[in-house]
Amino acid sequence: MNAVTLPVRHATRPRFRVALGVGVVIVVFWAVVAVLWPHLAPYDPELQDPLHRFVPPGAGHLLGTDQFGRDTLSRMLAGARPVLQVAPPATALAVIAGTLVGLIAGTHGGLVDEIVMRVLDAVVVFPAIIAAVLLVALSGRSVTILVLVIAGSFVPIVARSVRAATLVEREKAYVEAARLRGEPSWSLMLREILPNVVTTVLVEATSRFGDAIFAAATLSFLGLGQPPGSPDWGASVSDNRLWLQLAPWTVLAPALAIASLVVGMALVADSLRGRWEAS
Amino acid sequence: MTTTPDGSAAGLTVEGLTVAYRTARGEAAAVTGMSFHVAPGETYGLVGESGCGKTTLSRALGRHLPPNGAVTSGRVRLDGVDVLDLAPADLRKWRATSLAVVHQDAGSSLDPTMRVGPQLAEILRLRGLSRAGAREEVPRMLARVRLPDPASIARRYPHQLSGGQQQRVVIAAALTARPRLLVLDEPTTGLDATVEREILDLIWMLRAEIGAAVVLISHDLGLVGRLCDRVGVLYGGHLVEEGNARDVLAAPRHPYTSALLAAVPRLGESRHARRLAAISGHPPAAGENVAGCPFAPRCALADGLCARTLPRLEAAGTRHEVRCHHSDRLYHPSSAVDVQTPARLRDDPGLSPTAADPAPELLQIRGLTRKYGRTTVVDDVSLSIGHGQVLGLVGESGSGKTTLARAVAGLGPRGTGTISLDGHALPASLRRRDARTRRRVQMVFQSPDASLNPSHTVRTILARALHTLRGSVSPQELAARADLDGHLLDSRPDRLSGGQKQRVAIARAFAGEPDLVVCDEPVSALDVSVQAGVLQLLSDQQRATGTSYLFISHDLAVVGYLADRVAVMYRGQIVDEGPAGRVLQGPHHPYTASLVAASLARLGEPTEQDTGMVQPGRPTGPGCRFAPRCPRRIDGLCDSENPPVRTEGGDHTVRCHLGIGDLPRRAVPVTIGVAPGATEEKEDPSA
Repeated sequence: MNAVTLPVRHATRPRFRVALGVGVVIVVFWAVVAVLWPHLAPYDPELQDPLHRFVPPGAGHLLGTDQFGRDTLSRMLAGARPVLQVAPPATALAVIAGTLVGLIAGTHGGLVDEIVMRVLDAVVVFPAIIAAVLLVALSGRSVTILVLVIAGSFVPIVARSVRAATLVEREKAYVEAARLRGEPSWSLMLREILPNVVTTVLVEATSRFGDAIFAAATLSFLGLGQPPGSPDWGASVSDNRLWLQLAPWTVLAPALAIASLVVGMALVADSLRGRWEAS
Repeated sequence: MTTTPDGSAAGLTVEGLTVAYRTARGEAAAVTGMSFHVAPGETYGLVGESGCGKTTLSRALGRHLPPNGAVTSGRVRLDGVDVLDLAPADLRKWRATSLAVVHQDAGSSLDPTMRVGPQLAEILRLRGLSRAGAREEVPRMLARVRLPDPASIARRYPHQLSGGQQQRVVIAAALTARPRLLVLDEPTTGLDATVEREILDLIWMLRAEIGAAVVLISHDLGLVGRLCDRVGVLYGGHLVEEGNARDVLAAPRHPYTSALLAAVPRLGESRHARRLAAISGHPPAAGENVAGCPFAPRCALADGLCARTLPRLEAAGTRHEVRCHHSDRLYHPSSAVDVQTPARLRDDPGLSPTAADPAPELLQIRGLTRKYGRTTVVDDVSLSIGHGQVLGLVGESGSGKTTLARAVAGLGPRGTGTISLDGHALPASLRRRDARTRRRVQMVFQSPDASLNPSHTVRTILARALHTLRGSVSPQELAARADLDGHLLDSRPDRLSGGQKQRVAIARAFAGEPDLVVCDEPVSALDVSVQAGVLQLLSDQQRATGTSYLFISHDLAVVGYLADRVAVMYRGQIVDEGPAGRVLQGPHHPYTASLVAASLARLGEPTEQDTGMVQPGRPTGPGCRFAPRCPRRIDGLCDSENPPVRTEGGDHTVRCHLGIGDLPRRAVPVTIGVAPGATEEKEDPSA
């Protein structure tokens, strides 16, 4: 197009900036809590107090207590750590592996692409929960297993996005120029194509991080995560749901914690996606 | 001059129009104090490089400015109606009844999900026709823009039409409303020479019928001169020259106009005879504060006065005005396009040494065939390129020239036939070529935007090429050879202009001292002023290194300028091949003749001879592929038997049923040779 070239500044719309700010505040808050909860929690989250079971929220216990008289607020704060121990490494692993797989499939095309994508399809159709149950049954509960299960179920998603972006770049003349001068294929992928699909990778990373938080909580809820009694949010929701009518705060506090972190991450992801994709 | 009831002139009148954009650094004027008048039935051409305010002006005429743009002063009147004063409701009505705009990219102006007929009927329905009435009117509209078989066109979706056909449909839609003002914004950019000519002829034929004021915007002065009654040359938002098209083209009075003309190679002109004069530098950005003449920084005639004071628009002849302090010093009638003085198109051995003295062959293509699916794109092509020779390959889009070039480079689909380099077979697949072979064959791509990695700096791009192709110089040296400023080395491509990007791409292709560089339409995405510089660079590089080129273009003049030999491709076959001068001058293939006619027609009146519409699809049966369009067709022979390959003068072959003596020649020989005038002092002594 013969567009008029103008020094017009594409100012970020205010809505975007507010969303990003709110998201960042929420995520940073939970990250800080995950590290510093021993100094922030009013009680020991494991401390049982049989005389004060099911105390409603009030002056002594801001968010009340649960069936064992443990302080809900302290448990909620302490629960940030197990989630944030699992979600970031799982996301990182999924993004790195998925990006590599997507780049390989997209750059080579043909038979390589066909095989890689069919294998990924097979991974997708195999339910992640069953995989998790199998792995936990075989090797016991551990953070490593959680990370591997979550990462494994995300790799195909990341790989597909990166492959789609790679297919677009691969057709461009700069890639052909690189092939003409004989760049090896690893160099084509990492040096030529990767920098130009990095937006896709970053968008995937932020979206998958939100999903990973949710997945970690879900697995804990199902008893596949942290050992029983741990203050993990998913496990807490699971443990306390029997007393939902008697003491709803014991379920609501960890549930809201999960929701807020997922929403916060989603806000960050959406605003960054909007910004990167516009640029 | 007719007048409207309130006494103002009929047609479009623009008075002192200034358009500014709000930017981070305050207001930036993109168009300053423009005044011109276009009478009904008159065609007014607006010419200038990208960024000179052409598009801004065209948008301002219909009040279609982007939200940050505004008319800060001046008036636009159409048949007495002050367009800028219209209330929003009246403006919508005025746009619907009086204005039609045709944009550059016809495809995007049509709704891809609707058939052409219903789309046009919708416009008619908006104008109050009944459903049945609209249905009847649509074929008439399509017939009016000379589309064959309107009923079948109306049933097609836009993507089933060629670019030229799409543009015709858009023009048909634009004319439905019987507009009073028709704005054509680069209507033929991106179209082939022959299709371009058809569209322009159409506009020419229709303009009397339309009776509207027509504003044609283009960066191609030759094109505008051919089609318009009057021409306005825009530079840096100012009208720098205005006059009758023939006067401006024949005797430009502004150095910018003259430079624009000198930048375009004329048909038959060879690089051995004349250097193209690119206009160095670039136009001022909108709002850039220029005290004096905006062209002064790029002008050879500029002095202190030019830097201080903006010249006034002053009369320079009959209805001819120019904004220059030194317009009297630039009266070089001979430097401009002269259609009256015919000269022989020479095939002087001294002009093209390698053409007369067959060089040892570097590249040999034998029986090359390439298919996409079941469509044969390149059909049994044999060609050769000598050492140090430039072979120009010309043809319309879809003729298979790009596929042929990519096959030589080792890209694209596999097929039959052989390619050999210095007698050694060149593997068809890039993967099977060894490092030495890869180094010998390099390529310059069409789109400068896509051919450079947007994430890499120029230095990285050149360094990678030097590393993989084992070049022996530094990136700085490589850039300097392509006339790239050293400070650009650390920029990424998005900071570079189109011409600079193409220079980087050329520098990269030369990193490993190649023997053959395949140039796939390297200048077709560039403005004429920039095109000249890139062509000149290619020419200089060729002269300095002795590299051979396979140079592809749909522009015959560009191919003729650079090439020693020319091959003309039509629907997958080479129909004409020989020394550049003889192919252009004839006797040549009727298709070559039509290309030459299309190319020359720009410089004078439109040619009435019509070669017919480009028929989509490929003929599968026997017979000459050009037969359906050929004015010299022999019925019963051309459409049933494959034409023989005739040889003329030893090294010029034509695939045609006509005997050599019957083949068309240029009726009016082409101007060739050293053009005196503004470019003389830049003449290369070695030429």
